[in-house]
Amino acid sequence: MTPPRFRRLLPACALVLALSGCGGNQNTLHAVSHPEHEITNVFWVVFGFSCFGFGVIVFLLFLGWWRREKPNLPRGGGERAATGVVLGMGIALPIALLAALFIWSDVFVTQATSAPAKGSTALSIHVIGHQWWWEVRYDGTDVVTANEIHIPVKTRVDVELSTADVIHSFWIPELNRKTDMIPGVHNRQLLIANKPGVYRGQCSEFCGLQHAHMAVEVIAQTRSAYNTWLANQEKPVPASALPGAKIFQQQACSGCHQIRGTPAHGDVGPDLTHFASRSTIAALTMPNTPANLLQWIEHPQQVKPGNLMPDLKLPNADWTALERYLETLR
Amino acid sequence: MAVAAPEQRLARLERIWLERPGILGWLTTVDHKRIGLLYFWTTLVFFAAGGTEAMLMRTQLAQADEHVVGPETYDQLLTMHGVTMIFFFIIPMTTGAFGNYLVPLMIGARDMAFPRMNALSFWVFLGAGLFMYSSFLFHQAPDAGWFDYVPLGLKQYDGGLNIDFYALGLIFNSVASTLGAINLVVTIFKLRAPGMSWNRMPLFCFAMLAASLSLIFALPALTADLIFLELQRKLGFHFFDPAHGGSALLWQDLFWIFGHPEVYIIVLPAFGIATSIIPTFARHKMVAFPLVAMAELLVAFIGFGVWAHHMFATGIASTTLVFFAGASMIVVIPSTIQIYAWLMTVNIGTPSFKAPLLFIGGFILFFVVGGLSGIMFAAVPVDQATTDTYFVVAHFHFIIFGAAVFPLLGGIYYWFPKVTGRMYDERLAVISFILTFIGTAVTFFPMHIVGLLGMTRRVYTYDKGLGWDTYNLVETIGGFVIAAGLLLILFNIFWSYRRGEPAGRDPFHGGTLEWTTTSPPPTYNFPVVPTVSSAYPNWDEPDRQEDLRKLERGELVLDAGHETVVSSVNDARFDEVVEMPPESPWPILLAGALTIAFAFLLTSHWFVAGAFLVLTTLMLAGWHSQEPEEA
Repeated sequence: MTPPRFRRLLPACALVLALSGCGGNQNTLHAVSHPEHEITNVFWVVFGFSCFGFGVIVFLLFLGWWRREKPNLPRGGGERAATGVVLGMGIALPIALLAALFIWSDVFVTQATSAPAKGSTALSIHVIGHQWWWEVRYDGTDVVTANEIHIPVKTRVDVELSTADVIHSFWIPELNRKTDMIPGVHNRQLLIANKPGVYRGQCSEFCGLQHAHMAVEVIAQTRSAYNTWLANQEKPVPASALPGAKIFQQQACSGCHQIRGTPAHGDVGPDLTHFASRSTIAALTMPNTPANLLQWIEHPQQVKPGNLMPDLKLPNADWTALERYLETLR
Repeated sequence: MAVAAPEQRLARLERIWLERPGILGWLTTVDHKRIGLLYFWTTLVFFAAGGTEAMLMRTQLAQADEHVVGPETYDQLLTMHGVTMIFFFIIPMTTGAFGNYLVPLMIGARDMAFPRMNALSFWVFLGAGLFMYSSFLFHQAPDAGWFDYVPLGLKQYDGGLNIDFYALGLIFNSVASTLGAINLVVTIFKLRAPGMSWNRMPLFCFAMLAASLSLIFALPALTADLIFLELQRKLGFHFFDPAHGGSALLWQDLFWIFGHPEVYIIVLPAFGIATSIIPTFARHKMVAFPLVAMAELLVAFIGFGVWAHHMFATGIASTTLVFFAGASMIVVIPSTIQIYAWLMTVNIGTPSFKAPLLFIGGFILFFVVGGLSGIMFAAVPVDQATTDTYFVVAHFHFIIFGAAVFPLLGGIYYWFPKVTGRMYDERLAVISFILTFIGTAVTFFPMHIVGLLGMTRRVYTYDKGLGWDTYNLVETIGGFVIAAGLLLILFNIFWSYRRGEPAGRDPFHGGTLEWTTTSPPPTYNFPVVPTVSSAYPNWDEPDRQEDLRKLERGELVLDAGHETVVSSVNDARFDEVVEMPPESPWPILLAGALTIAFAFLLTSHWFVAGAFLVLTTLMLAGWHSQEPEEA
């Protein structure tokens, strides 16, 4: 039975190494916002006390192991002392520690990380969960985008969360805790990023077949870059003479997707007005490259089985034309 | 009346308690030990099924973008894995197999309080399990996760029969669990041997009592929830539909009002096993016995006040959050009491680390890891950061596999000699412990890390480049190590059953009553209903000598009929002798009719289903036509 103590240390070291240094994409403990810092502080403190508590247990277990089959060893006070340990270590000490943790985390940190009062932020965004993508609406503008949320850095953003179908959960691990999107419920969350960057998140409530492919990116930009982006997104697209534009209108595409500035006003799938400005396809299922796009529009059921976009039968030339057209929607 | 020799009395008891031989005997049995064994082997088959599902999932997740199974199959596997392990393995294994076999033996009774109801609960459980698993034949196994959140579980998002299998199967199964739980409670309340007042009852029975009471009060919430779900799915009701005044959160509240007590229902019997094994191998009675007994009952009670901590991310009001977070902190205390009581018992005794105690050592370590990560979920912000990730998966597998299954494995070794009369192979047992221990740590510990790295649960695949690959591969390898350890245990059981050394009455010098009788115990359990004067009656030599003298005198032998002793609830004073019912074909027939009724409910043939439900009622009348006579 020597290994357990050793084994315990190994994962603990691995844990610290894996989680503290590198800035992973979806690393809960890599905080880039005040709220997430507070959360990781609580985590590490509880983790520290946990190591101590676990150490005590391992020590007692080894004491027993060491005493095995040795009836003559001193018993250190017998049953009375043992009951004392149960009362002290099993009741008094945990009550004190838990009470402290309760007040710190459940009262103070909960407050510091909870949603801002309605209307108290300069920017508010409405994120709507769909099977299996995210609709993002910028309040007070016409901007509708999908699967990527642009925000200015160091700005408190009020994110309103709702769902168009089943329950989803909105979570950007490096920015804040997760909040569910529930039918008939309007939840909100505080989003703030301390430095520019791309912060990946993922739906974290099981929402059906493609729950695994429902990711989202928060792109925190400097104020000026954000303003430029927003101004561009607000514009409708100019009329296009490309053959793909016509195919888009004539085929089923326009029934489900909207492209502002054209007659396409479908509201089933994502708004495609500035599709080419986005970095990924199908909620981060793949990078937005011409080859991937072609594969996606031709075989959506192979790329992401079960999603609402059907495999249409079109001549090859039409697919290429559609792909070329979509690439122009910058 | 002629004075009979002890041998004649025993022969008479043997004749009175004899059941039909062969297969038919097993189908109509009301003997709690045979029913316990039926439960044991059946749940073991379900355990194998749930384990196979787990291994398929782990193989799929071994690498990024793997294609072992598709999303549809994966969702069915993950749902059935959860449903199987909780409803068709752990609960029936602990309450059904261990509870059934051991509780009457530990309290000195000759059977459970309601022997035929006991048989019924087994056959209904088997029917429900087969019903649930038949869904795989139609490729329509439940697929919305074991807690089946709505609206995902509603008809518009899940149009097949998948969720109907889930809802009806669990309603059906809750009949079995409720019957079993009521039976255990009444048995523990009324059939304790004379002298076994509450303070002398084995802690195992306290744990079983606490788990059974929890089951009785928790299951109705689940059943109501499932009935609402079926009414909405099959008949168009609107319980969970906000557009018509319903609420999607209603499902979650009702589910977790059941679901959290459920966690304690799962681990309490395991605590009970630990409190049986530790005193035996530490050769010392449990430290802080009354505190541990109270802690077991208390955890079952407080367990009903913490359910909303499964819903911290749903946006519930902050006062509600604080209340449930506080309650979730408090529920830690009964567990810390027990952990220190176990450890101090080991330390003031003279421990002998045989396989059963090794498993309990593993259990304590895993339970502490799972408990400490559990505390993090009582801190609301940390909960909301880690919930629905693999961190949670790690946490509850340390609790359910580490803290609930490890004592079960230790318990299998510990009571193997009692049940079979032969010793298990100690060396193989130690190897199996090492394999399962390492396997469990290697499988479930990295899940903490990968969860903190952002891997959400219930994903059938994941992208490369998120830093999750290595951890997942290690977890999968660990899974196969666990499987090897478990197979070794199974091999040990079979091998030792044929070739093990004869074990004798009491190979470990255990303290509780089951060790006072022969191994395997006779059908009537004890030649003389024992009289108890402490919590460890097998260590009270004078009392056991007195039992032998009573056999000479014919006192409390009850060889006049198929009888057991009933005693008063608190002090266990001798109350009366009651006649127990003999073997009966009705339980299995009734369970069969009920299974058919549920099959027709599934296919919405309401009238045929109704006819079979009427038939089950008629069968109840048939059942009660053969009542034992008043003694």
